[in-house]
Amino acid sequence: MSIKVEHLNHIYGEGTAFSQYALKDVNFTIEDGEFVGLIGHTGSGKSTLIQHLNGLLRASSGAVYYNGENIYADGYDMKKLRSKVGLVFQYPEYQLFEVDVFSDVCFGPRNLGLEKEEVEARAREALSLVGLDESFYAQSPFELSGGQKRRVAIAGVLAMEPEVLILDEPTAGLDPRGRDEILDKISQLHREKGMTIILVSHSMEDMARYAGRLIVMNHGEKVFDDAPKEVFKHYKELEKMGLAAPQITYVVHELREHGAEIADDLTTVAEARDAILAALRKG
Amino acid sequence: MLRDITLGQYYPVDSPVHRLDPRTKLFGTMVFIISLFVADSIWGYLAATVALGLVIRLTKVPFSFMVRGLRGILVLLLISVSFNLFLTDGQVLVQLWIFRITWEGLRTAAFMAVRLIYLVLGSTVMTLTTTPNELTDGLEKSLGFLGKVGVPVHEISMMMSIALRFIPILVEETDKIMKAQMARGADFESGNLIQKAKAMVPLLVPLFISAFRRATDLAMAMEARCYRGGSGRTKMKPLRYQSRDRIAYGAELLYLAVMIGLAVVL
Ligand SMILES: Nc1ncnc2c1ncn2[C@@H]1O[C@H](COP(=O)(O)OP(=O)(O)OP(=O)(O)O)[C@@H](O)[C@H]1O
Ligand SMILES: [Mg+2]
Repeated sequence: MSIKVEHLNHIYGEGTAFSQYALKDVNFTIEDGEFVGLIGHTGSGKSTLIQHLNGLLRASSGAVYYNGENIYADGYDMKKLRSKVGLVFQYPEYQLFEVDVFSDVCFGPRNLGLEKEEVEARAREALSLVGLDESFYAQSPFELSGGQKRRVAIAGVLAMEPEVLILDEPTAGLDPRGRDEILDKISQLHREKGMTIILVSHSMEDMARYAGRLIVMNHGEKVFDDAPKEVFKHYKELEKMGLAAPQITYVVHELREHGAEIADDLTTVAEARDAILAALRKG
Repeated sequence: MLRDITLGQYYPVDSPVHRLDPRTKLFGTMVFIISLFVADSIWGYLAATVALGLVIRLTKVPFSFMVRGLRGILVLLLISVSFNLFLTDGQVLVQLWIFRITWEGLRTAAFMAVRLIYLVLGSTVMTLTTTPNELTDGLEKSLGFLGKVGVPVHEISMMMSIALRFIPILVEETDKIMKAQMARGADFESGNLIQKAKAMVPLLVPLFISAFRRATDLAMAMEARCYRGGSGRTKMKPLRYQSRDRIAYGAELLYLAVMIGLAVVL
């Protein structure tokens, strides 16, 4: 199980006055069970990139392989691909349309042609995964709060039971508690179900905390692809791209400049706390 | 997939046609449309073709982009052509079962098709070379005299400019929602007509909701900036004729004269 992207290029509006390069020669392989973070400045091509992974956008040139099969091959079953590679869009709450929450979540699995019982069982499970109980089932999705709508939308994709879950800024515009809850759920899916996760986010803290691997995009090109610790060592370069390292990395570097004997690859508050305490005890 | 709609979409290049005053272009479009109805001989249509071709060349908009707008009227075109082709009486050319094609029918159908295509192309030239804002400014100014008899010219042109402004936004939105539903396994392409219509529900409901939301947001934002209609409102970029507009008006009038002349003489 893997997603492999080879020499991927995407040009929007090819052959018109509006033509715009959105992806330039992107290559990577994502293995089963990875938790990949995808960061980049606004307009760097993140959303464009992930829409190639389930075949919603077609590359201008290059190829995408899912489990070794070229998805652009003739007769490739795109619908099946989309059920295996679940994509939650940026602001997914705007895709809700059914009369109640439960039917909306049923939409995905029903499109897969499953039996009614199976559809409902999946919808139930997906809703409980995102932390919505039965009291929400009969509510209109339009009367929920922003965060609740977001959960319903995520459940709508989870109910298809994808092998890979791609989320485009799932926490944008949510309050701190809401975002932590959603990210914890996602991380739980990764740990307990072994789901491959690709998470687009603008929060370096979240990336440091959850992602096992970080891909950095800049002007449509992949610039870094490594463990978050390694990537954040390049914080000066990240800043030039309009990004940054987690706040705590700056504190650590500042402390080191003042002679503290701590490692330079600390990216989470917990790590930094332990390292600082250890250094203090020593000194 | 939905980006084929070019009507109401500005094509940003710098050309002599782009630089003209919108009123000049409005007048030109009107002249062109009138000339299409005046023309009733092959020579008239030939002259219109030459004029249209010349203007399209001047716009610097790729021709392929220009004709994209025609896809929208394909069905209308087919219907009107077949009506004219089969239902006109006259000298019979071909007879197949109950279908009969007459010489007159063929002629009317061909003229009708050309007329429709040129109508769309002519107005596409204007919308591709004029920003929606310029266009409504031009309309407002040209029709300003109607305000004296109580027609809310400013309000109408404001509504038009907002509507035009929102076409690309709604197209983009449709594209986005469509993709989001496709990611959930929705299928908009296969199936019979009823299945296709049903498949539109997951697209149309969110689209309508977002259109209404945008409309209320916009109304609120306009009110917050004290918009209260046309009276006493000034312009940031008031329209002013340049010498190139005078030349264009001259050319437009000359063209009209030629077309009327052709119709009268031939
Ligand atoms: N449908 C489209 N048509 C034309 N150009 C587009 C379209 N979608 C995106 N672009 C352009 O492609 C580039 C990459 O956009 P993309 O949405 O992938 O960025 P992003 O990294 O997701 O940004 P953000 O962080 O703001 O979501 C941008 O320059 C954008 O203007
Ligand atoms: Mg994006």
